Amino acid sequence: MATVGSGEFERSTSLLQDALAGRRLPRWGVGAVGLTSLLAAYLLNVLTVVDGVAGTFLVAVLLFVIGQTGWSFTVEGRRHAVDRLATTTVYAAFLIAVTPLVAVLGTVLVKGFPVFSAQFFTTSMRNVSPRSEGGGLYHALIGTLEQVGLAALIGVPIGVLAAVYLVEYAPEAKSRRLSSAISFFVDVMTGVPSVVIGLFIYTAFILTLGLPRSGFAASLALAILMLPVIVRSTEEMLRLVPRDLRESSLALGIPRWKTILKVVLPTALGGIITGAMLSIARVAGETAPLLLTTFLSQSINSNPFKGPQAALPTFIWDQFTSGTDASRARAWGGALTLIVLIMILYAGAKVIARLTGAKKS
Amino acid sequence: MAKRIDVADLDIYYGSFKAVENVTLAVEPRSVTAFIGPSGCGKSSVLRTLNRLHEVIPGAYITGKVLLDGEDIYSADVDPVNVRRTIGMVFQRPNPFPTMTIRENVTAGLTLDGARRSKAELEQVVEKSLRGANLWDEVKDRLDRPGAGLSGGQQQRLCIARAIAVEPQVLLMDEPCSALDPISTLAIEDLIEQLKLNFTIVIVTHNMQQAARVSETTAFFNLPAIGQPGRLVEIAPTEQIFSNPGEQATEDYISGRFG
Repeated sequence: MATVGSGEFERSTSLLQDALAGRRLPRWGVGAVGLTSLLAAYLLNVLTVVDGVAGTFLVAVLLFVIGQTGWSFTVEGRRHAVDRLATTTVYAAFLIAVTPLVAVLGTVLVKGFPVFSAQFFTTSMRNVSPRSEGGGLYHALIGTLEQVGLAALIGVPIGVLAAVYLVEYAPEAKSRRLSSAISFFVDVMTGVPSVVIGLFIYTAFILTLGLPRSGFAASLALAILMLPVIVRSTEEMLRLVPRDLRESSLALGIPRWKTILKVVLPTALGGIITGAMLSIARVAGETAPLLLTTFLSQSINSNPFKGPQAALPTFIWDQFTSGTDASRARAWGGALTLIVLIMILYAGAKVIARLTGAKKS
Repeated sequence: MAKRIDVADLDIYYGSFKAVENVTLAVEPRSVTAFIGPSGCGKSSVLRTLNRLHEVIPGAYITGKVLLDGEDIYSADVDPVNVRRTIGMVFQRPNPFPTMTIRENVTAGLTLDGARRSKAELEQVVEKSLRGANLWDEVKDRLDRPGAGLSGGQQQRLCIARAIAVEPQVLLMDEPCSALDPISTLAIEDLIEQLKLNFTIVIVTHNMQQAARVSETTAFFNLPAIGQPGRLVEIAPTEQIFSNPGEQATEDYISGRFG
């Protein structure tokens, strides 16, 4: 309307803007509070009120939280203050979770990489004294690859088939006894310490059956350790496959077993492979069961069925306990090798899962 | 290659719960029979007993008889796999196999049944089935792309192609259009019109206009009360059901007075 002055109109919009926007901290607010907190904490450190890097940093973080929340509360109001506090907490939790991970990787990389050489990967520790430099982990590398490979060959099929039974066949069984027994023992096995599994194989395989210590005995122990993880993860994945998919396969006149083999398992394959890889990664670093079943070896033994065999975890343990600078360096090298090995296996499994699993458009 | 179905004194159970009782009906070959009725009245359950898919649910069983051209599909020496090969099914939600390409989806019923077929033979089946499902022109250039990449309506037609690729005698459809838009629904309805020349079709639908449009015979199911088993109220030529139903309950339902 012509009678409404333009000034009046402007005023009402700016009032509206005020109501919507509210008063916020300036853009540089967070940075300023952070810098001030760091400076204040440093000052307290210089004044010897607080001590050490970690302590100073912790004080800085506390000051930052208090400062930001307080400032925000007075300027922006309660809701924004709580929002900023929650945001800070989430970021802090993320940093706390990631720090040890990065620290471990960084330490292993820095300490382990210097020993890497062609010789390190191609020779064993035979006739190398703990004090001297050189030597290598070739014997341990084949040991781990063979033991973990055999363990996967035993553990993955059994675990996947047990999960297939639990999901596909158990619900219609006359009695639930078998399935609840499997579920119960899978849960129990998840909690059994690896050293106990090692002892079990030692007693059953070596003492009772009188078989020699070997890489194979170690793989049996590792396979048992893998089982619960594989069963549980496969079970979850199979349960995610829609019922419709099974039924439309059955409705085409495709037999039950082929429906499971060709429709259900491929649909869940990505998750099954991930679960299997996690279990392999878990057992590849196991030390205790190996010490009980195949013990240590300093020489190359590529036959997992005969005689003691080295492995990366036991190599690390052995080199570390030898206690010389040279052997400790080798221990770090072994640790880095183990991590890289697991990463390669994991990446490989992801590629396989992507190539064979559910196709995205 | 279409067969008739006769259902006699059918009771359907899920464990100790009786879901449907005393259904007797006949499905004529080369015709479309629609099952209508409120949710939970058992029409899908009846449909699923016709190809013995009902029994894959743990604890589910039936009493009574289902005859396919006079042969009892529930007699002890009948293999449910053979029944399902003869009586195909399309589901409510389009569900192509996610790990397979369009081509593999169509041939799944053939390649996974154990018999070996030549590549040329399979190619023929792919084209014939996709043409039969009115999908060939839309996908012929991308047969090796994932079936899950198609639109919802195309996926449903892919599922129909997959079902007719095994050349069943009867095609069961469980609310095949309820997840689709009107245009895709029209495409499927046109398809049903063509398919009934070769197949016996039974369709479950919540859409009464759809039942009126596509079917020759309509069966109305109802639930007398909560907790009681569903029943077949009446089965009659579709025209009669929609113009002059024999039962008050049918008239109430189709005129929208309840349900």
